[in-house]
Amino acid sequence: MKPRFLTLAAALLGASVLALGAADARPLKWARSGDALTLDPHGQNEGPTTALNQHIYEGLTERDHTGKLGPLLATSWRVLPNDPTTWEFKLQSGIKFHDGAPFTADDVVFSYERAMQPTSDFKGYLSSVEKVSKVDDLTVHIKTKGPNPLLVNNTESIRILSKAWAEKNNAVKAQDFKNKEENFAVRNANGTGPFILVSRETDVKTVMKRNDGYWNKAKVPLEVTELTFVPIKQDATRVAALLSGEVDFVQDVPVQDIARLKSAPKMRVTSGAENRTIFFGMDVASADLKGDDVQGKNPFADKRVRQALNMAINRGAIQRVVMRGESVPTGIIMPPFVNGWTKELDAAPATDVAKAKALLAEAGYPNGFSTTLHCPNDRYVNDEGICQAAVGMFGQIGVKVNLVSQSKSIHFTLIQKNPPETEFYLVGWGVPTYDSDYIFSFMYHSRTGSRGSWNATGYKDAEIDSMIQSLSQEIDIAKRDATISKIWTKLKDETIYLPIHHQALSYAMNSSLDIPVDVANSPKLKMVSFKGS
Amino acid sequence: MLAYILRSLMQGLVVMLAVAFIAFTMFRFVGDPVVNMLGQEATLQDRAELTERLGLNDPVPLQFARFVADAAQGDFGVSWRQGRKVSSLIVERLPATVELAVLSAIFAFVVGIALGVYAAIRRDGWIANLVMSLSLIGVSLPTFLIGIGLIYIFAVELRWLPSFGRGDTVRIGWWTTGLLTVSGLKSLVLPVLTLGFLQLTLIMRLVRSEMLEVMRADFIRFARARGIPERKIEFRHALRNTMIPVITIAGLQLGGVIAFAIVTETVFQWPGLGALFVNAVQFVDVPVMSAYLMFVAFVFVLTSLMVDLIYVALDPRLRGSPAMAK
Repeated sequence: MKPRFLTLAAALLGASVLALGAADARPLKWARSGDALTLDPHGQNEGPTTALNQHIYEGLTERDHTGKLGPLLATSWRVLPNDPTTWEFKLQSGIKFHDGAPFTADDVVFSYERAMQPTSDFKGYLSSVEKVSKVDDLTVHIKTKGPNPLLVNNTESIRILSKAWAEKNNAVKAQDFKNKEENFAVRNANGTGPFILVSRETDVKTVMKRNDGYWNKAKVPLEVTELTFVPIKQDATRVAALLSGEVDFVQDVPVQDIARLKSAPKMRVTSGAENRTIFFGMDVASADLKGDDVQGKNPFADKRVRQALNMAINRGAIQRVVMRGESVPTGIIMPPFVNGWTKELDAAPATDVAKAKALLAEAGYPNGFSTTLHCPNDRYVNDEGICQAAVGMFGQIGVKVNLVSQSKSIHFTLIQKNPPETEFYLVGWGVPTYDSDYIFSFMYHSRTGSRGSWNATGYKDAEIDSMIQSLSQEIDIAKRDATISKIWTKLKDETIYLPIHHQALSYAMNSSLDIPVDVANSPKLKMVSFKGS
Repeated sequence: MLAYILRSLMQGLVVMLAVAFIAFTMFRFVGDPVVNMLGQEATLQDRAELTERLGLNDPVPLQFARFVADAAQGDFGVSWRQGRKVSSLIVERLPATVELAVLSAIFAFVVGIALGVYAAIRRDGWIANLVMSLSLIGVSLPTFLIGIGLIYIFAVELRWLPSFGRGDTVRIGWWTTGLLTVSGLKSLVLPVLTLGFLQLTLIMRLVRSEMLEVMRADFIRFARARGIPERKIEFRHALRNTMIPVITIAGLQLGGVIAFAIVTETVFQWPGLGALFVNAVQFVDVPVMSAYLMFVAFVFVLTSLMVDLIYVALDPRLRGSPAMAK
């Protein structure tokens, strides 16, 4: 009996040692609802595309899963002391591309110029850049049109590809959709990143293998030996694939499945706030609205009406019922990681139907009014449900809302048209630069020049506009932050938008993984380390 | 005969042009592709420029004429979603859809006829009654639910079969097939069952009722009177006469199965044309949508032509008849 027991124990020990040994490095299958559109690092500025490409291509800087900026291909950077319009980046030495070519300043200059071309979808990040030039093999200067104290925030998004490789394969330009040929970079890749492309079948799977010569190996676990990315569009199928063990890690987890996955054996669900806020916007400028029943007046132009609507929204109920807890109610259209965010600004008004009714009466609408709300039904988490809930809440204070829900391609067209074709709409906004200026420029600045393209409210305030413009030139950070705070205080009082919540994200995975939610919803799988089995 | 085929093909061309034109006039209601093609940082000017570059400001008839002129030369442009040639996308996705559709059609046809004949011959047996009641489920349950149900039973609970995708495929020339690998075959089972189930129940019910009808006909009674064995009457005389309407329905259904495998392909993440189309609609990928609709029209033209030809093979009276020669 005894020897047998010992053998068994030894066998068990051996097995567990083996399991531990195997636990160090494993393949990983990763699924989300949509595929990357292209592998071209400057082709499509779109969430899933960037999330995949960052494993192959790298930028000068990177953000961790909390949104904190750190060095990557560049080791350090500064604004030249004698020239506030020039940024200097020092590059990491000894880096090689996947094809073995060395990484130098030439590749950086080439990639930035490629990203600034008219057909690139990333040119918006570099609109302030005048010229990118090489100083020596490991030093690059970026000259801006005026002082731009925040340029470094945008370098995370501009990924670097090999100049020689692009020239050899005729991929010097980013994808041009008018051109009838496929760009070589769409399905082939050569970056410096932790994973090397093995094969790509669009809408089927993308296979990458670990880059064993990865330059940054000392600083990241890099335990995934083979990374397979599969898009699974249907919610139920995606969850089933995780439960059946066919995939290990799933993004875009449907909120109604979270509780079930949490209680399933050998499953883990991580949650956290996303860099995205959901809110309503409305036409505050037109003299009269087309979609309402008030003649000759625009009720939304009256601040009291906007405040009443803001008070009518029961954010707690939306969080509980529509979002099943997967959201953070807010009173400002700025995610908490963004420069300028404070707890005071984030506070939402308490739901108060009586007071809201009184405000409406004071504004001259004792019996309320009726209007039309436009809502997307395939863009944000439970977007249509949020609108349906809000319609009921507005109804309680006498504002009868007719809801129109449609696909995002139609919905966003209404907002982007000039003049906009909606007077009351739902929209969500993420802040890739992590600075308030991004929100101000797109959402609050009047629609002139390159600013205000998402401001469908018609809000126009010369003082606010000039303060917003001053932000992009101000080098004194303390002074700049003071201006940001001043702008927010005024805007919050104006109630141009009705904030609902910060969207939360959940990732589901098998229990050997613990991947934290990435605020940009762009998980970094070089950071994965496996736990036991 | 040849003239008849050519005439049918000419008519088919007109149908395809009509489909393309209707599709083109409807694309504007799907939304604005520029919204999806540019990132959120795009300025109003960027959007206006891209709209102009893509020729979306031109009147619809002009856009249509341009499309037809290019399509006639086999050029469908590049996908606005993927930046790849539409023609190569369609060629790449076609094998997956054709394999799925043909296998589920065979499944539906063979099993449907067998069960239908059985249910007709043993119309009072308890198995026949059970099959008939089960077929009601097939008719009334949406494909989506059947697919999800099968996934939960066979992929999540039993773990016998994969829940999504096509498994490993083998490339033969430009064709890819899942029929030659174990994982490819396993991956086919659930989608084929899902897609074929509705057709199966339709064919089965049709065969049963047609067969019961034919069995009451005079020539069957005379055949029995002549002492021909019952098996021979059932399969040689009755079944053959049942087939004409069955072929019509099944043939037209096959076109539908190839063209509209959309739901099944979406549920199983099957990399076929239907899934390509669904993604294209959401993105407003006009080049892919128009090419796909042309393809669907072509499939319908082709299958209805084939159904006509099979009639001739089955029914000797149609051979060389004035109706065919006309």
